[in-house]
This record gives sequence, structure tokens and C-alpha cells, in this order.
Amino acid sequence: MASCRTETLSGGSAGSARASGMDFEPTPEQALIVDQVRRFVREEIWPLEARLDPDASQVEPADHARLVSLTRAMGLYGLGIPPEFGGPDVDIVTQTLIAIETAQHRAGLYSPCFGAFGGAGLAQLYEANEDQKQRYLMPMLRGEKHGFFALTEPSGGSDPARAIQTRARKVGEDWVITGSKIFISGADKADFGIVFARTDESKGRGGITCFIVDAGTPGFHVRRVVHTLRSGHYGTELQFEDARVPAANVLGEVGKGFAIANDRLTRQRIPYAAGCLGVAIRAQEMAIAYAKERVTFGAPLSTRQAIQWMVVDNEIDIRTAWWAVMAAACKAERGQPFRTEAALAKLLASEGAGRVVDRAIQIHGGYGVTKDFPLERWWRELRIRRIGEGPSEVQRIVVARSLFDQALY
Amino acid sequence: MSVRLEKPWRDLTAANVAELAAELGVYQLADAAGAVRRIGYAGARSLFGLRSELQSALAENRYARFRTEVTSAYLSRFEELLMVHLADNGELPDGNAERRLGRLSPG
Repeated sequence: MASCRTETLSGGSAGSARASGMDFEPTPEQALIVDQVRRFVREEIWPLEARLDPDASQVEPADHARLVSLTRAMGLYGLGIPPEFGGPDVDIVTQTLIAIETAQHRAGLYSPCFGAFGGAGLAQLYEANEDQKQRYLMPMLRGEKHGFFALTEPSGGSDPARAIQTRARKVGEDWVITGSKIFISGADKADFGIVFARTDESKGRGGITCFIVDAGTPGFHVRRVVHTLRSGHYGTELQFEDARVPAANVLGEVGKGFAIANDRLTRQRIPYAAGCLGVAIRAQEMAIAYAKERVTFGAPLSTRQAIQWMVVDNEIDIRTAWWAVMAAACKAERGQPFRTEAALAKLLASEGAGRVVDRAIQIHGGYGVTKDFPLERWWRELRIRRIGEGPSEVQRIVVARSLFDQALY
Repeated sequence: MSVRLEKPWRDLTAANVAELAAELGVYQLADAAGAVRRIGYAGARSLFGLRSELQSALAENRYARFRTEVTSAYLSRFEELLMVHLADNGELPDGNAERRLGRLSPG
């Protein structure tokens, strides 16, 4: 389904540096799907959202069920779920194009279409053993169980290999976990979680193991809600007080947890960037429409050079991010290493979208900061995007490592 | 910020409610004995924020006292207060409809 041709060009001041040129043209099928999803967002999501609190991240269960029935009819429910597990056969490039579209509403950055397209859930479970798949993956895919992902700790989240202080020690056939996690989404309502803990003090990234922890495990506590710039969604702080987990709940191998976390962080950066890009595109549409309509000193704002330049700067940010996001998606689709491209996409899209929405607010004037428009919510939430899933500085470290062709630390 | 709402209680009177600013935030309503009977929030759809919400509560003539907390994170704070109340009391206030809440062990 995907149509992407990339050319690898040699060059750059560093001998090992590479740049990519890309020519992307959506296939007719991709264009059809994008148009279908765009109409879904405008005809189903926008009217529904107009009745909700401006900070809402959820719709009523009946509305959610109706939206899901529509995406199922479109053949697009369960995006990200491998076809062998019942997901639609949609490639990564098309998924990325869809992610750009589904973000284009007020709640779209963190709750694209209010979850109407489903999702892969905790993708790490596709690598679980058969017993774990039956106990956790399949119920999750059927919507019977929900999971959370617990990596970040009060000691830090950008450098998990060193920051993880949660410990797991072997006691008989079980592992006993002690420590805390922070900024964990959905842990208070989940049935289980994927939790990373240090099992060997002497090894850095080789000393981290991934566990599946049932929410009812004695010693597992959700201690508090962590309020942020977002209102409709919150993170939580978790505490593990000698929480006993059976050895059968080790996900992957003991000491190989870092690779599981790292793989997830890299893959997640493409849809994360695509969501930022979608919001930027919608903000630009709003800015242009408002600039044409709003008259000051006898002429529309769109005739003022100051406004025109803001809109052009927006376009530069949007197109730059678009190419970076699609380059990462194309490489991922071809099965090539895409860590550097994903880092660049996440960096350019999150920072660029923040600038685009900021300029769109400026063009809207006072209305831009009211809750009458989605711009103020996007502005708050995009600020988080420069930190979540690896801050901009970490993305730069990732790119620098590839440029110097070696680990810097 | 404390997990629990610890602002002082005020009598639910027209004069006290009229003093409230039109802010976003959360509130608790209690009976004369001080038992929390309802937890609510004033979101961006509330015409005059907390003042409008408390005026509506006053008109119901069911509550004796109120307290408020101004916050822009009114949705997450509202949910947190419900979870804390559930953890402390084993049930929601009778003025709140049943809803799917997370587990919180505030300690």
C-alpha cells in the first residue's frame, strides 16, 4: 500500500554522516483512506466535541461505541494491531497519514478521535510468551483488560538505564519489587502494567528487567494523581512495597528489559510526531481562515505582511516536520533502522507545532487564548510534547550519536 | 497541593456565593453535620464558573456548607477528589452518580 522512494545521499562534514532525500506520493488507496478519515473527523468528531467541556478527553460510552462501529465499518479499527491478531492490514506509512488526520480536533493530540480507531495497546506484549499472551494480550485486544506502561521514576525518565532505582530481587520462585514510578498514565484504572525494575546492580542497561504486574498485587499502590497542564487526563505516582510477582510474569528475558523499553520509545515517536503535525496543520487552517475574515484598520489581516510572514513561518515548520515524519515512517515500513529519523521527526514536529500554534494564537488575538477555540489547549498540550516520549535534548543526543557513528556515553 | 480539599468550609448562603469569582475549579457541598454530600467542578461551560455552580446548588436547598478550590486542572482534580472520597469512605457522596473511577491509595 505504501509508496515511498528514498535515496540515500552521501555527504556532510562528517565522513559517516548521511542525509536522505525522499519523494513521497500517496497511492490512490492512501488518498482515499485519508479523505475518509478526514470526513470522519469533521462530520463525527467536531460536532460531538462541540458539546463537551473544552478540556474533555473522553466521550460518553454510548458515543464511543457508535464511533467504534463507524471505524469498524471503515475497516480501520485496531490500527497498530498486527493482522495475525485481528488488526487491519494497514502499513506504517498509511497509519502515519491517518494519525495526522485523527489529531485534527480539540482533544486530538492526546485522545485522537477519542480512541475510536482503537490501538495496539501495549505493543510489548506481542513479544510475550504464549502463556502471557493468553493471560494479558488477548484480553487486552478484546477490550477486557487494560494495561499501563511504567518506566519513568522520580529520579528521571530520559536516561532509564541509569535512572531506574526500582529494584526487583529474587525470592524463591518470585520477584519482589520495591520502588516508585511517576507520570504513569492509566495505572489507577488498569488491570495490569508493564513495569521496569533493576535486577542487577552491577550492570547498567543490562541490569533492567521488565515485569507484568497485576493491579491487584499486594504492595502495589497508586499513591496520587499528578496534575499537569492537561486537565482531562492525568498521570499517577505509583509505589511498590515488596510487591511479589511470579517469575512467569517476567516479560522477555531477565536483564533484557532496556531493549524492550528502548524499542517502544523509538516506535512511539512516529505517531507521536504525526499527532503534533496534525494539530499544526489544523491550527494553520484556522489561522489562515481567521486572517482572511478579521478586518483591522480597514483591511483583512491577511493583507498585512506581519501576518503573512507568520503564516509562511508556520508553513515552513509544517512542511519540514511533514517530510521528517514521512521519512521516518517510510524507513520503518521498509524494515530499515529508523531510530535517527524517528528522533528527528519527534524533535521537528513537537517543536515546530508548538511554534505554529503560538503564531496561530497571535493571529487570533484575544480569542486565541480563550476556551472558545482549541488553540489554547493545543498550546498547553504541545508544551508537554517537547518533553514526553523523550525530550528534545534526548532526540538531539540520538541524532548526534548517529552522526558520530558511535555511542557518546 | 494536598490530595484532599482542605479549604475552610463556608455557609452556603446567597451572600457568600455572590462573593465567589467566576473561576474554574472544584467544590464540595456538605450537610449541616459536615459530611460531604456532593463533589463537583466548574468547567469552561459554566457561565460564571464556581459562582454559577454554587448558585445552582443553593437553589436546590439540600446543602448547608461549601468549599472551593480554584484550579485550571478542574477535570483531573475533580476525579482525584472523587477517588480520595471513595478511598476514605468506601463510597461516593450520595449527590454523585456512580462512575468508573480509578483506585487511589492516598495513604
